[in-house]
Amino acid sequence: MANVISDETIEYVGILAKLELTDAEKEEAKKDMGRMLDYIDMLNELDTSGVEPMSHVFAMNNVFREDVVTNGDEREKILKNAPEQKDGSFKVPKTVE
Amino acid sequence: MSDILEMTAVQLGGKIKSREVGVAEAARAALGQIRAAEPVVHAYVTVDEAGALKRAEEVQKRIDAGELTGPLAGVPVAIKDNMCTEGMLTTCSSKILYNFVPTYTAEAVRNLEKAGAVILGKTNMDEFAMGSTTETSAFGVTKNPWNPDHVPGGSSGGSCAAVAANECFYALGSDTGGSIRQPSSFCGVTGIKPTYGTVSRYGLIAYGSSLDQIGPIAKDVTDCAAILEVIASYDRKDSTSIPRDDCNFTSALQDDVKGMRIGIPRDYLGEGLDGEVKAAILAAARILEEKGAVVEEFDLSLVEYAIPAYYVIASAEASSNLSRFDGVKYGLRAKEYEGLHNMYKRSRSEGFGPEVKRRIMLGSFVLSSGYYDAYYLKALRTKALIKKAFDKAFEKYDVILGPASPSTAPKLGESLSDPLKMYLGDIYTISVNLAGLPGMTVPCGKDSRGLPIGLQLIGDCFKEKNIIRAGYAFERSRTYESPEITRNAQTGENNMYTKENLTYVAGDSKQAAGYKTDSIPGDSTDRITDDAVGSRTVGNAESRTGSTADIMSEGNAGSAAESTGKEAR
Repeated sequence: MANVISDETIEYVGILAKLELTDAEKEEAKKDMGRMLDYIDMLNELDTSGVEPMSHVFAMNNVFREDVVTNGDEREKILKNAPEQKDGSFKVPKTVE
Repeated sequence: MSDILEMTAVQLGGKIKSREVGVAEAARAALGQIRAAEPVVHAYVTVDEAGALKRAEEVQKRIDAGELTGPLAGVPVAIKDNMCTEGMLTTCSSKILYNFVPTYTAEAVRNLEKAGAVILGKTNMDEFAMGSTTETSAFGVTKNPWNPDHVPGGSSGGSCAAVAANECFYALGSDTGGSIRQPSSFCGVTGIKPTYGTVSRYGLIAYGSSLDQIGPIAKDVTDCAAILEVIASYDRKDSTSIPRDDCNFTSALQDDVKGMRIGIPRDYLGEGLDGEVKAAILAAARILEEKGAVVEEFDLSLVEYAIPAYYVIASAEASSNLSRFDGVKYGLRAKEYEGLHNMYKRSRSEGFGPEVKRRIMLGSFVLSSGYYDAYYLKALRTKALIKKAFDKAFEKYDVILGPASPSTAPKLGESLSDPLKMYLGDIYTISVNLAGLPGMTVPCGKDSRGLPIGLQLIGDCFKEKNIIRAGYAFERSRTYESPEITRNAQTGENNMYTKENLTYVAGDSKQAAGYKTDSIPGDSTDRITDDAVGSRTVGNAESRTGSTADIMSEGNAGSAAESTGKEAR
């Protein structure tokens, strides 16, 4: 395997991805990602110098609109999906000591 | 009843219009078939019996009042479970959205509703549409109606299986890398992935936003053209929506391919392609040739690079799109955690399955500083080259013809052990998404094991009509075949499938209406949840369907929990 994923890299990716992995999952992920990157490295066979990265197939322009609310007050409906709520708001664990 | 289920969506719409079939009668026929076939197929995550029957009455009234006159008015439909439906559970087949009830409806589904559609329920899929087998669902595996030992394909496997098993008259799917075309091929049905931007993505739970596109799945090309005509719309709520004035797709339903230039990429016929699939594809090409098309082989190039480019781009977009699932606003929140960040991490780690985690991590990695240029930008440059290769091909050809998948449906459990091998199965479909092109699968035969083979037709951007015309002309040469399960279930005998085969019941008729408990997949204990969650049940369970209803009532919620427990690794 050409791409060897270090413990540090997996740790870092876990932080970026906001995932908590068990040790077994980390080992699995290191192997998986290494294998995928080996495969993806196939792209290096292609000469892409001077080729613009294409994020969208068609020319896209931002769609502007007036900043007006059109869908009414849906607070109650929306809060129904909240895992926890309090006083008409989403309840989350304490963030400021 | 049996006659009704055999009809295509457009045929049924015609009978409803002429008052030969009632809307409620059609809905009851589909719901009866759902009860009969679900224990084997498990195409649905949610079936809304009560809602569908109520809606059927409303639609009938509006048809009678002359307000609904379209070809699909009153026809029952199934929706892939990644499209938001107001008031109806929408899970993306993920534990993290196990109880999510949207407050709004996806634009494509709204367009169907405006045309008088009756929604039967939501279909199973690979979790967040990431997969090619519908085995990564947190709510159990969908089986191929042609042979329940095989996968239906994915990620729109539930939608395709439901159409094949006559558990709906048509369905909506979504296609990010082949998720409409590949399962259509495996299930022997027809599906279109339209040009990017043709159908609004508003309300489609995003996976790879630059690639995702909603499309129709049905029994034939006529249905698909009619459905696409209804769901295509310019929508300001989707910034990638494209205004088009050429969406009269049914005008292309002509049995005439004289002079049509059809190219077969040699790259699609080489190593890795199953011999029987190849023979069926080439036989289909000959039929179009006999009808007057000019068919030749050519070199498309770059085909093998589409897969690595796709997995970089799709994973990168997924890692960003799926960051919204954090246990705050909806879905699963971990029960134990220390502080906010740990709550995010625990909720996500408990809520996402292994394939989703794999792609989120890969995506986070390729977007991270130091790797962004080498992986992400390289993939976007490759995408530009692939687009150019197609542009060149479409200077010479009206339609590109090839297989939808290198093989017919694999056996259950064969694919997930080797993700890379599974990804390679997407080789003929993926580049179409990268280039934003329309593509369609039309059934073109079966292999020696009796599994369907699908023909893929690819058009240039905005040229759906070319593939619809070619697909329609080809389809004229054969008759639609449905799997055995459609015939067994119709007679209500169900001889082929015994109770021991029941692996999942999409709800328990004993619990019926007012059903309030719902188990989190993979949890050993049931949990009482919000009232609104109760929709994951076969609504009200009156014995409308005779013996088939009995079969359902003997399945139990325990077996559902058990099977999902096993699935949710």
